Amino acid sequence: MSEALKNKVAEVLNEPGCATNTAKADGARKKGCTKQLTPGAAAGGCAFDGAMITLQPITDVAHLVHAPLACWGNGWDNRSAASSGSDLYRKGFTTDLSELDIVMGHGEKKLFRAIHEVIKEQSPAAVFVYATCVTSLVGDDIEVVCKAAAEKWGTPVIPVNVPGFVGSKNLGNKLGGEALLDHVIGTIEPETTTPYDINIIGDFNLSGELWQVKPLLDKLGIRILGSISGDARYRQVAQMHRAKATMLVCSQALVNVARKIQERWGVPYFEGSFYGIADTSEALRKICGLLVEQGADVELLSRCEALIAEEEAKVWAALEPLRPRVAGKRVLLYTGGHKTWSVVAALQELGMEVVGTSMRKATQNDRARVVEIMGDANHMYENMAPREMYDMLRDAGADVLLSGGRSQFVALKARMPWVDVNQEKHEPYAGYMGMVDLVRAIDRSVNNPIWADLREPAPWDVPLTGGAVLPAPSGACPVTHVSAPMGRAPTLVPQTPSSPEVQTPQAAANPLEGLANSATDFEDC
Amino acid sequence: MACLTHPRRALSTNPLKASAPLGAALAYLGIERAVPLFHGAQGCTAFGMVHLVRHFKEAIPLQTTAMNEITTILGGADQLEQAIENLRKRANPKFIGIASTALTETRGEDVAGELRDILSRRKDFAETKVVYAATPDFEGGMQDGWAKAIEALVTALVPVTPAPDPDLRQVTLLPGVHLTPAEIEELVRMIRAFGLNPLVLPDISTSLDGHLAEDWSGCSLGGTPVDRIADVTRSACTLAIGEQMRGTAQIIEDKAAVPYRVFPSVTGLKAVDAFVRVLMELSGTQTPPPSLQRDRTRLQDAMLDAHFFTGALKVAIGAEPDLMFGLATTLTQMGAEIVTAVTTTQHSPVIERMPCDEVILGDLGDFERGAKAAGAQVLLTNSYGRMAAEALHLPLVRVGFPVFDRIGAQDACRVGYRGTRAFLFEVANAVQSVHHTPRPEDFGATPLPEEFSHVPHPASC
Repeated sequence: MSEALKNKVAEVLNEPGCATNTAKADGARKKGCTKQLTPGAAAGGCAFDGAMITLQPITDVAHLVHAPLACWGNGWDNRSAASSGSDLYRKGFTTDLSELDIVMGHGEKKLFRAIHEVIKEQSPAAVFVYATCVTSLVGDDIEVVCKAAAEKWGTPVIPVNVPGFVGSKNLGNKLGGEALLDHVIGTIEPETTTPYDINIIGDFNLSGELWQVKPLLDKLGIRILGSISGDARYRQVAQMHRAKATMLVCSQALVNVARKIQERWGVPYFEGSFYGIADTSEALRKICGLLVEQGADVELLSRCEALIAEEEAKVWAALEPLRPRVAGKRVLLYTGGHKTWSVVAALQELGMEVVGTSMRKATQNDRARVVEIMGDANHMYENMAPREMYDMLRDAGADVLLSGGRSQFVALKARMPWVDVNQEKHEPYAGYMGMVDLVRAIDRSVNNPIWADLREPAPWDVPLTGGAVLPAPSGACPVTHVSAPMGRAPTLVPQTPSSPEVQTPQAAANPLEGLANSATDFEDC
Repeated sequence: MACLTHPRRALSTNPLKASAPLGAALAYLGIERAVPLFHGAQGCTAFGMVHLVRHFKEAIPLQTTAMNEITTILGGADQLEQAIENLRKRANPKFIGIASTALTETRGEDVAGELRDILSRRKDFAETKVVYAATPDFEGGMQDGWAKAIEALVTALVPVTPAPDPDLRQVTLLPGVHLTPAEIEELVRMIRAFGLNPLVLPDISTSLDGHLAEDWSGCSLGGTPVDRIADVTRSACTLAIGEQMRGTAQIIEDKAAVPYRVFPSVTGLKAVDAFVRVLMELSGTQTPPPSLQRDRTRLQDAMLDAHFFTGALKVAIGAEPDLMFGLATTLTQMGAEIVTAVTTTQHSPVIERMPCDEVILGDLGDFERGAKAAGAQVLLTNSYGRMAAEALHLPLVRVGFPVFDRIGAQDACRVGYRGTRAFLFEVANAVQSVHHTPRPEDFGATPLPEEFSHVPHPASC
């Protein structure tokens, strides 16, 4: 790892804007927040994966991965960040290094040519070049290649130095943000600015979540000038230093970017969330408050309050018909992020009971809030192993699991309703309207008739009782040509295996014996 | 007769290939109570796992040695040992299959040597069989990884048997990576129908067929039992499906003199006939079971119904060599023309036997360009082909790996008489799904004068 990358990693890991970090003692803080991964027991993506989460939603950019096939061949086109414009970001561009490229040291040259080809074929707003484990290990200097390519072809070429082995997905999120700070933000001046320009950082417009919130901002006359990186254009990222305020949505991941924009260009930021009714209202208030502080007309505040009152009334009216369908249901919440507290509040308001929640990645503040909302600390879980979660769900300790894709099959295999609330989800749940969608999703899942059927025993798990009376066989069996015994009494089903009735000579001399060659043979031979 | 071309370019657009370690992982998942382990950074495993989960819609037990930058430079033997130890503690697998990645291969670790050292030192690992295959991402595609993993497995776990004790009713079935669980099951049914007893290696038809188990397991949910693997020496014959399995069949022959037959394809009337012929010989049966005879007549009838749609049909196919060969020959035997063929790896003798002039070693960018230039009418490739299908407004038949935007990928069956029949229907129906109503303009005629048209007017009441 180059000295520059090492410093960068140390820097982002010691983040003064991060609540978890500032809460630590001096010594622990210096260590940063890297945890050594356990071989054979690790989960989650690498730093490269994390950087892609941050940057890939920038829609008009060609994302070129400098690596052997696996990094991008196994990873492209697998997220649902939505675009209202170009779909260039969905395409998978990679240098697909071969053994020969690596052994002969052709990597840099191949990268240079690949940048040229992608500019020629796609005319992107910019090319983002990602270094990975192998290309870092062999020492390809992507910064120099990107610089030379940008000069030669006049298109911005941004190096993103995130080899997977430097750390976790979360670290990669931050390093992706740093690349934008170093090379993109502040490079383009907007044509016009207004006192109502904001940045939204940390929302990736998954399944269109940003668009569930945008109508609210539209009504208030607020413009999203800069975005990292939901439905973003390259230009929007480049000019975000001219916004009047920043809303930071997923605080753990990109706080470094918001803080540095504030330090360098004086754009104040706040952390907020668009999940849940109270948090959405709170976020709107804070946006408007910051804008007014920055010089927007003070009447914005009253317009904001009027909008909140109107929208909250509307959403509760829309939720009311769902109440009888979800009231009393027990919800287990297992997510990493902590943007969900107001979701919990809303679910409780609708009569649902939150029986548990995970506390991984949680700060002391988060814990205090859980106690406040849930009454006590009895329902907090640390990391739950799949096995424990399966047992808990199988014992019907809950009615529905709200979690990310990782525990999807734990829930489903335990015959338990599951709603995806993480980044891979295919339905947007943001803003006021998103809350209605989430409750609908819970309703749809919990009240599906399959759960009761799935938990029913199989026919053979229940002993036969009674038994039907079949008529005595007559004529000859079409297969064995054995004729039916004359005058035999009607057969009772079931016959007990030990009953002498079964030991008739006909059954013993079964001519089909030996043909079926395995216990699981089901072929009609 | 086709020649293989390598496009001269540095940029790969929209990869078609899935990586070799992924193929190895899938092969290991066909062993009972197995956990595949990638020797690489945790991202290698995370991306691979997501890929498998999206395809099979199942929890996939795939683990990593979690290499970081320091262990990458200083060597990862300790990581490997710890990983095995932790896996044994957490999931208690009977089998751990290790696949290397580009990361460890670039450094050039002697993983095989390290593993030998670890296993000789750690007697407590004895209850878990550990097998290692070198599968760098930069070399070959998924089917190469699959083949290397099974070769490694057979090399390690099948003893040299100079005087085997043959069971003449047993045959070994070596399915390639291109066979779905339903396809393995179909071949097993056919073999059993002849009174033969198949030993499948590896068998994803019992681990990844998508079934609801009674309990949670951190390992594969089925597959070939580890202690049955050595029994391949007792089979009367090894049936290898796909050229990729020839190497494994050869190793078994070298070790125990079990003869083998390689079937490049088991899709299409002629290919299935050849397979059935061998089963007849092995079982000494002149008359196959009635159900099989019936299936053949139904396939014949399906060919009659389908040939209206497949005759002169221009097909673009993008798949790994064995899958591409099987499907392409089936369609050309039905009168279709392969106008574009793109594949993932050059290591296959079936490429030059492809019924077209050129096979491109490339990506879905080449696939889309070729299909457009040649005027293809139907596309056959994995789910990533949806981008090309959208751009070209063509129907897409999803074949190969991954299929993530449709459910039931494990149930697609295109082998045997029944599977071929389903495949022909599938292609013919894809072609019919594009509706085109003829217009006078299509033939150069002028449209009817507008004055003849009835102009609807609002109702008076």
